[in-house]
Amino acid sequence: MKLKKLTVLLLVFFSAALLFSGCGTDSETGETDDTTPGEEMVLTYNVGTEPETMDPHLSTGLPEATIMLQIYEGLTRLNENSLPDLALAESVEISEDDLVYTFQLRDGLVWSNGEPLTAEDFELSWKRSLDPELAADYAYMLYYIGGAEAYNSGEGTADDVMVEALDDKTLQVTLEAPTPFFLSLCAFKTYYPLYQPAIEADAEGWHLSADTIIGNGPFKMVSWAQGKMEFVPNENYYDADAVILDRLFFTMIENESTELTMFETGEIDVTHTVPGPEIPRLQETGELYIFPEFGTYYYIFQVEKPPLDDINVRKALTLAIDREAIVTNITQGGQLPAYAFVPSGIPEVDGMDFRANGGDYFAYDPEMAQQLLAEAGYPGGEGFPTVEILYNTSEMHKLIAEAIQEMWKQNLGIENVTLTNQEWGVYLNTRDEGDFMIARAGWIGDYLDPFTFLDMWVTDGGNNNSRFSNADYDRLLTEVRMVDDEVQRMEMMHQLEDIFMEEMPICPIYYYTLPMMIKDYVKGYMKAAVSGIDFKTAYIEK
Amino acid sequence: MLAYLTKRMFHTILAIWIVITITFIFMHAIPGGPFQREKAIPATIKANIEARYKLDQPLYLQYVDYLGNVVRGDLGPSFKYRGQTVNGIIAERFPVSFQLGLLTFTIAIVVGIGAGIIASIYQGRLPDYLTMFFSTIGISVPSFILGTLLMYFLSFRWGLLPAAMWGTPKHMIMPAIALAGLPTAFIARLTRSSMLDVLNQDYMRTALAKGLPRWQIIWIHAVKNAIIPVITYAGPLLAYVLTGSFIVENIFAIPGLGKHFVTSIYNRDYTVILGLTIFYSIILIVLNMLVDLAYTLVDPRIKLIGKEE
Repeated sequence: MKLKKLTVLLLVFFSAALLFSGCGTDSETGETDDTTPGEEMVLTYNVGTEPETMDPHLSTGLPEATIMLQIYEGLTRLNENSLPDLALAESVEISEDDLVYTFQLRDGLVWSNGEPLTAEDFELSWKRSLDPELAADYAYMLYYIGGAEAYNSGEGTADDVMVEALDDKTLQVTLEAPTPFFLSLCAFKTYYPLYQPAIEADAEGWHLSADTIIGNGPFKMVSWAQGKMEFVPNENYYDADAVILDRLFFTMIENESTELTMFETGEIDVTHTVPGPEIPRLQETGELYIFPEFGTYYYIFQVEKPPLDDINVRKALTLAIDREAIVTNITQGGQLPAYAFVPSGIPEVDGMDFRANGGDYFAYDPEMAQQLLAEAGYPGGEGFPTVEILYNTSEMHKLIAEAIQEMWKQNLGIENVTLTNQEWGVYLNTRDEGDFMIARAGWIGDYLDPFTFLDMWVTDGGNNNSRFSNADYDRLLTEVRMVDDEVQRMEMMHQLEDIFMEEMPICPIYYYTLPMMIKDYVKGYMKAAVSGIDFKTAYIEK
Repeated sequence: MLAYLTKRMFHTILAIWIVITITFIFMHAIPGGPFQREKAIPATIKANIEARYKLDQPLYLQYVDYLGNVVRGDLGPSFKYRGQTVNGIIAERFPVSFQLGLLTFTIAIVVGIGAGIIASIYQGRLPDYLTMFFSTIGISVPSFILGTLLMYFLSFRWGLLPAAMWGTPKHMIMPAIALAGLPTAFIARLTRSSMLDVLNQDYMRTALAKGLPRWQIIWIHAVKNAIIPVITYAGPLLAYVLTGSFIVENIFAIPGLGKHFVTSIYNRDYTVILGLTIFYSIILIVLNMLVDLAYTLVDPRIKLIGKEE
């Protein structure tokens, strides 16, 4: 009798549970799988994580940028050389002094829902980005515009921001100072126009559902549920003819091994990364692509902490690291050894790469390193105080730190190097407080210009964890902002890097790469160094 | 009964308040904050963000504010997933973890109890050895290894099931088995030893002597008495599996709640940490209460309220 009661109780519980769980399954894919398979050209890319936010003005990460690249478009769009091509803008007129940009929008631009897209949408969107109430991380990407920083810091008003829709098709922007990469910035997500009625309807949550995400790019989002996004071509896109795919899926698989398995079973066509140890095996498949990434992996010297306050010690430590060994034996992802701070990828006026023009600042040279260490007063490593390498907890960082520890021991005779790992948040805090001696770090450029690597080392800068300070460097940084001659500007950038590498407050290790698996039937996609994969013109050829 | 429930309710609220307070203190004691990035944000922007989320206020005010919101059922906005609320995150992800958890729980209970009973009946014979062999494996092999092995064979080698993701019943099979491995094995052992205890009792011999059929002795008289330890274990187990597992969700790319229990701490996503802790506490407390109620159904000797002297 009593047992029956229990059975009834359990039954009620389970049926309630089933009812509850039923809600979850109703909304899923249904329509997508059973429509004429084989006919459609469908591509699945694993973006690797849930987006932190789908609001282009609030988001900061690369996965989000990659999603938004498919459904939004700015005044410009980056091509495969990471250079800006005019996109929503049909033409741009730049004033003599390089301060006033007048954009003419294309005829008949509309949002993915068919509503007209005007210059005013840009004006309102950019001002929204800067609204202190919105509190966008990347608001500073708009600080190049006159009055922008003041408004964002609460010292000015939205009306003072010097972006104005002269009419439906004309947008005029006045900059604080000549900014040669402004057209590149216009392709960045903080500069995307947003559909104002959706924001007015629900300022907080408009970007949480495919129904209210109204874009203006090559694709439009039709569903977003259970770790999967589905896109179809946006028939209202001005360049809709260039879009070939019938359907595009983005999955959000974080586990790299799972991702690879799903690539191998054919459930996804393009991966967002590859597990490091698998790279040697995958190289033989012919489906592994290693893209350069616009970033540098380096060690920061806290220059206020002895013995790292001695420039010769910093140089000795830097020269005694065999970077070739690190990238071939440890990281194995096609990374390039770094002998400077700014990575390759930035074209100069003469057509040469900034890195090629700048060259290497040093080489692996144990003898020279020993000599420098002796000059610093530690011949053969004798009497060298204990130094600590700090890194955020990760197997890879640990292996690299151990290798460097061993190299310093072998090449310099320094015995007492200790390693410390901290959880990510704690590690960032320690770095900010300068409470370390040597710390691992990485920096990915925001836009294709050396400035994104050099301005962070200004005295007391928020990212200057090395606490490096050089009056000439600071002065040049201020001056270079005012120069509008590209040749002279790049020359000054080289001078900045010269000073920086001469002082060596950091020790470059390698330039990042982005390994991906791409099925050989996937064609026509585009990967620029500073942004994600662009599937606008991708297609499948089996 | 009503008095009992009222008292339990009061204890629940007290327990949750303590949980909130301790979590709040520890959470703010770890260095770092939700808006600390490798790329430092300019000070004015950081000030804007902190003002927006009221992080610029003194901690005790944040604490009082938070308690007020919790009473109103508002767990606040996520700092990491901007635009999303903690209530929204739970509402979206809990159903996924719930489905998977329930399937896991069902497997663990049905297979675990079943295997335990069989093992106890055939004590010292082949079915017993087999059960104990597999349950030893189940207890010692962690879920991520079991999950990876399942994925390798069932999906990579034989192509029977989708490797990962969520949405159809097929997607649930591997993660549910991976999650159920350990509890099934544990329940099997628990049931077996408890059954053996009961089967050696005098009243079992009496029942046998009375001429009752064997199945009746086992099902009606033995299992009912042997099930109590399993019920005790089932409450916390259910709370655990319903709220999702970080590792299994990660391996099978399941959009469940388990991930947030871990990543919210890395992200210093204060409201998510607190919100999930409260959510988990409530589920655990409620299930423990159900366990207590279930005792009285199974064993009338157990009373919820001790007789007052």
